[in-house]
Amino acid sequence: MGKKRGYFGDYGGRFVPETLMPALEELEKVYFKLKKDKVFHNEFEGLLRDYVGRPTPLYFARRLTEHLGGAKIYLKREDLAHTGAHKINNALGQALLAKRLMNKERIIAETGAGQHGVATATGAALVGVSCDIYMGTEDIRRQSLNVFRMKLLGARVVAVDSGSKTLKDAINEALRDWTTNVRTTHYVMGTVFGPHPYPSLVRFFQSVIGRETKKQILQKEGRLPNFLIACVGGGSNAIGLFSGFLPHRDVQMIGVEAGGKGIETGLHAARFAGGAKGIFQGCLSYVLENEDGNILQTQSVSAGLDYASVGPEHAYLKDTGRVRYTYATDEEALRAFELLSKFEGIIPALESAHAVAEAIKVAPKLSKDAIIIVNLSGRGDKDVQEVARIKGGD
Amino acid sequence: MKEGFKVRSKLEKIKAEGKKAFIPYIMAGDPNLETTAERLKILEQSGADLIELGVPFSDPLADGPTIQKAAERALSSGTTLKKILQFLSSLKVEIKSPIILMTYLNPVYCYGVERFFQDASKAGISGVIFPDLTVEEANPYISLAKKYKIDTIFLVAPTSTFDRIKRIVKASTGFVYYVSITGITGASLKLDSTFQKHIDTVKKAGKPVCLGFGVSNAEEAKYVSQHADGVIVGSAIVKAFHESPEYARDFIKSLREAI
Repeated sequence: MGKKRGYFGDYGGRFVPETLMPALEELEKVYFKLKKDKVFHNEFEGLLRDYVGRPTPLYFARRLTEHLGGAKIYLKREDLAHTGAHKINNALGQALLAKRLMNKERIIAETGAGQHGVATATGAALVGVSCDIYMGTEDIRRQSLNVFRMKLLGARVVAVDSGSKTLKDAINEALRDWTTNVRTTHYVMGTVFGPHPYPSLVRFFQSVIGRETKKQILQKEGRLPNFLIACVGGGSNAIGLFSGFLPHRDVQMIGVEAGGKGIETGLHAARFAGGAKGIFQGCLSYVLENEDGNILQTQSVSAGLDYASVGPEHAYLKDTGRVRYTYATDEEALRAFELLSKFEGIIPALESAHAVAEAIKVAPKLSKDAIIIVNLSGRGDKDVQEVARIKGGD
Repeated sequence: MKEGFKVRSKLEKIKAEGKKAFIPYIMAGDPNLETTAERLKILEQSGADLIELGVPFSDPLADGPTIQKAAERALSSGTTLKKILQFLSSLKVEIKSPIILMTYLNPVYCYGVERFFQDASKAGISGVIFPDLTVEEANPYISLAKKYKIDTIFLVAPTSTFDRIKRIVKASTGFVYYVSITGITGASLKLDSTFQKHIDTVKKAGKPVCLGFGVSNAEEAKYVSQHADGVIVGSAIVKAFHESPEYARDFIKSLREAI
């Protein structure tokens, strides 16, 4: 956290309509209080254990490692968490916070791949509040399984047909809803993005990934890993993992963005490769924008990475050089998706497949005693239909 | 010492005359800048005291569907902040009503903040409203606005606490923009019981207070004008110009007469 409140270096801040500011101030207060609230912690940790199924395993991917012939590859199995992705850690935390500490009767959220929507709907069902999920119509099409899951869980899915009909438009609509219903409603931001305190609050709930991973790798290998690799959409699974290792300068970290059809085509969501500084949806960060400051449309096979900006802490970590950011194209991600399925019997989410794709590039160049940990942020059931469609059913 | 610039002095003058200000809003470049020139003239002829001119942005999160669609039309005709400033600099017809530019922050940030104020001043802009700039983040913008003699206008919402109201009033040199509802532009006007007390708190701070969001007809304009120094009408005018331009002038005049 930088010197200015709510900043990571130059990035972050609070750029929202005034109507939301009192709610953000209240949320900030609740967040600082919650860090020391033993009753809340006991309930939350109990749920992480008995309901989410934490700790999630750290799995040695032996066949993938042998196939690549280099560094040992471990997978942090967030795909085994309840609802199938890391998103539940944050959604459950915020649902609990909304109900217990803020007395809100309704929660809303945006969703891209649908994983955060499913996780939020789950949190709402668990604590007993009503729930509306905003989702772009293009994402509704390619993630229809998750739409049905949200409805089963009792949430209302609101289709957003404006703009690019994906995640950024769903966030605009969710923010408009929140502006209108701010007195009764808590907005469950799904990633380490948006106005302060969301980037810090979501990091707080996701940091369990890094804490567990550190303990597990020390138990299994007796030392810290050489590399951490995670995909970066907004960047919450990556921050969750990285946060446990940031002080350990020997642990190198790689964030993998969506390269779409390739940077040169302009059809991608690689903010660090093709973006510039900008102010968008509540904070200052790297943004894919034109010279007039309008936000560009993004493209990725993976709905969860298909977003024009990135968490402000990632922008800071990029500028300081602590984390290296790269990208994987749709094609590389799809190859990784199949490779992991065949060699390990694990079908990864297309988002997580981007991280696997980078491990496939890095591992063979490293010696056999090097260790890579890949955050397998979600499972791929939701993507199977879309991949079949892309492959033409062969 | 006298505070504020053109927007403020215009409002003080109207107040001294015992009148209320009428501030219509249109989106620049909807559907193109030539039409904007005509509409600015119509607004002035119909009695606008000040004019709020919107800059189109791809992701207008404080706006409802009417202004979102106007922004889409403006963007598809190639309207940008740069072109709007050039357009105002070279405007052939003279517009005497002070023009207030309403723009989301990112176009300004990408243009270069100081360069923006410099060029806005050259283009004759009298005031600025940034709907996504909070007072927490506002200092660099406020000092540049002063340097280039442009009035700042910040928004107070029904949810704003007393502490926030104090900061917002202090940051606003032109007037305080009172957002009538918790919601987005063009939503229906539903004033709750605490409205009068809340807006009175803002007025007590001693700066002009103009009210906007949700004012859609003459009757509503008349009602809210009793509680404020001026009334801002946006979506309803944007809609009138878009859907039935032949009646827009009469509609705007009816608002003027009501306020």
